[in-house]
Amino acid sequence: MSATPLRFEQDIAELERQIERLQVLAQQQGLDVAAELSVLERKLDDLKRETYRRLSAVERVALARHPKRPYTLDYIALAFSDFVELHGDRAYRDDEAIVGGWARLDGRTLMVIGHQKGRDMKENLRRNFGMPHPEGYRKALRLMQLAEKFRHPIVTLIDTPGAYPGIGAEERGQAEAIARNLREMARLRTPIVAAVIGEGGSGGALALGVADRILMLENAIYSVISPEGCAAILWKTPAARDQAAEALKLTATDLAGLGIVDEVIAEPTGGAHAEPEDAARRLREALLRHLDELSTLDPAELRQRRWAKYEGMGAYRVAGRGSR
Amino acid sequence: MTWFRKPKRKLQAGERRELPTDVFEKCPQCAEILYRARLAQNLYVCPVCGRHLRIQAEDYLRFLLDDGDFDEHDAELRSADPLGFFDLKPYPQRLEAAERKTGRGDAVITGAGRLDGIPVYIAVMDFEFIGGSMGSVVGEKIARLGRRALEHRRPLIVVSASGGARMMEGILSLMQLAKTSAVLAQLHEAGVPYISILTDPTTGGVTASYGMLGDVHLAEPGALIGFAGPRVIEQTIKQELPEGFQRAEFLLEHGMVDRITDRRELKATVAQLLRHMLGLPAAVPAGDGETVEPEESAPPPPDEGAASQQRRKGERGEAAD
Ligand SMILES: [Zn+2]
Repeated sequence: MSATPLRFEQDIAELERQIERLQVLAQQQGLDVAAELSVLERKLDDLKRETYRRLSAVERVALARHPKRPYTLDYIALAFSDFVELHGDRAYRDDEAIVGGWARLDGRTLMVIGHQKGRDMKENLRRNFGMPHPEGYRKALRLMQLAEKFRHPIVTLIDTPGAYPGIGAEERGQAEAIARNLREMARLRTPIVAAVIGEGGSGGALALGVADRILMLENAIYSVISPEGCAAILWKTPAARDQAAEALKLTATDLAGLGIVDEVIAEPTGGAHAEPEDAARRLREALLRHLDELSTLDPAELRQRRWAKYEGMGAYRVAGRGSR
Repeated sequence: MTWFRKPKRKLQAGERRELPTDVFEKCPQCAEILYRARLAQNLYVCPVCGRHLRIQAEDYLRFLLDDGDFDEHDAELRSADPLGFFDLKPYPQRLEAAERKTGRGDAVITGAGRLDGIPVYIAVMDFEFIGGSMGSVVGEKIARLGRRALEHRRPLIVVSASGGARMMEGILSLMQLAKTSAVLAQLHEAGVPYISILTDPTTGGVTASYGMLGDVHLAEPGALIGFAGPRVIEQTIKQELPEGFQRAEFLLEHGMVDRITDRRELKATVAQLLRHMLGLPAAVPAGDGETVEPEESAPPPPDEGAASQQRRKGERGEAAD
């Protein structure tokens, strides 16, 4: 993945360059360009607002995968405090595609766990582009059970293309590791808030995603399959990626509409990477609010509600009658 | 309802297999030409090489359940096409075609029966229905069946065959993994046995949820079982996969399944396992027709003490059954 701006970012960057040139020119030659400048600046504001309001599904996919987008460790640094990372699944190895440890939000201890992509090729080799192996999911479960033991809540940050499809992953039971997390997360006697911060890639994302509240950043995506994979299978051509992205209904707004996501967290104009501190502040505010609400429930009530939440997910009808 | 005995749903020998005659079938492994009636008697296991041919969902019900008696549940559930999904054709058209082809509303049959006298809830998936994919209907039927198993404390058996989550229902399909697992979490805590039977092929979301959450995992010989499909893995790692990769024997070797069980021994094995887990006496050899009569089959969970056992008995005594 290259670090060049996205196509819709280029138009904005071009206008920003024009404004800059005009300002330089005015300064050098002592011209009064206030009127022109204000026109251009208004145009830039409009362009930004319109662009980010009307992004297509595939443009959201590009933003969700943006190489400059804040990742889990960025949010941990910006929104949390007192982080101490914990490593390893106690069985095989430490999978660096998932990070986790104790941290604080507003002074209170919790366990934060998330997928971690690499910022450059070297880090990506270590972090496997944020695609965990079974031991990553097993580490995550170990940390969640540790949180439960000390009655601390859990926050998960979701950002993965998917669970890694490889030989070692299959040998060590990728499916079993994911399945176990789904079952055990349903059972945990402590509040869980999951936030999709970038890419929510299918089962590999869901394995950190069973929660009392599911939040999603505005430009994050969450899907059963990547648009590329879906295009290849159903349309039988990668050229159908854009159509697949639309059809899959994978944007935050789509998921809120389908009743899966509890809250869409607005991003700064230009996306989370444009102003990471602001994005982190918004994430932090939402996490705190949901954790506060959940903190009033006793574990039995919490689990009952969690089970009811998931049992209510799905859309079916009775033959010959309407749908539910 | 003895659903099998409906003439319409009676399995026609040869209705799905592609050999030109109804009388013979060629084994895809050893190429032996096999007499179909004999093959059916052998539960579609090749008598020469032992290859387990794919069979229909009804076939499993017929040989696993006593007298093939099966009370089907929730047969009327259908997908609601929540996304209005349209690829090369609309999803409702794919659903209709699948229903015409298989004679059922979605990729799983669920219901109740008895296995060696033990009352069980059983689900069998159908790979012929859009690749046995799990959407909202499969998830809901499995979840309902699990809840019934929980309520009546009767064992749950799921025979899986699936390519994974159903893309055409998007995120709702993915959430069925969590939904079914949440019900299994409750079953697990309640100490009600769940046996997962993995048949050829079981991959993706079904393996990554209820497929791998059994108290016991049984796999049919040679079955392809995994998370990612072999083609996806080959494309990712850009090398050929080793012989036998993701086959049942590979999973046994790597500790992911408890046993590989020949289809002809499947019923006896499941019965034996259930008798152990339920605390029932071993089956009497050749003692056919012995039935187990408790309303609640599963013993109480270990963390409930004697007092709650007492309470349970009391409640049952007062009930008007
Ligand atoms: Zn053969």
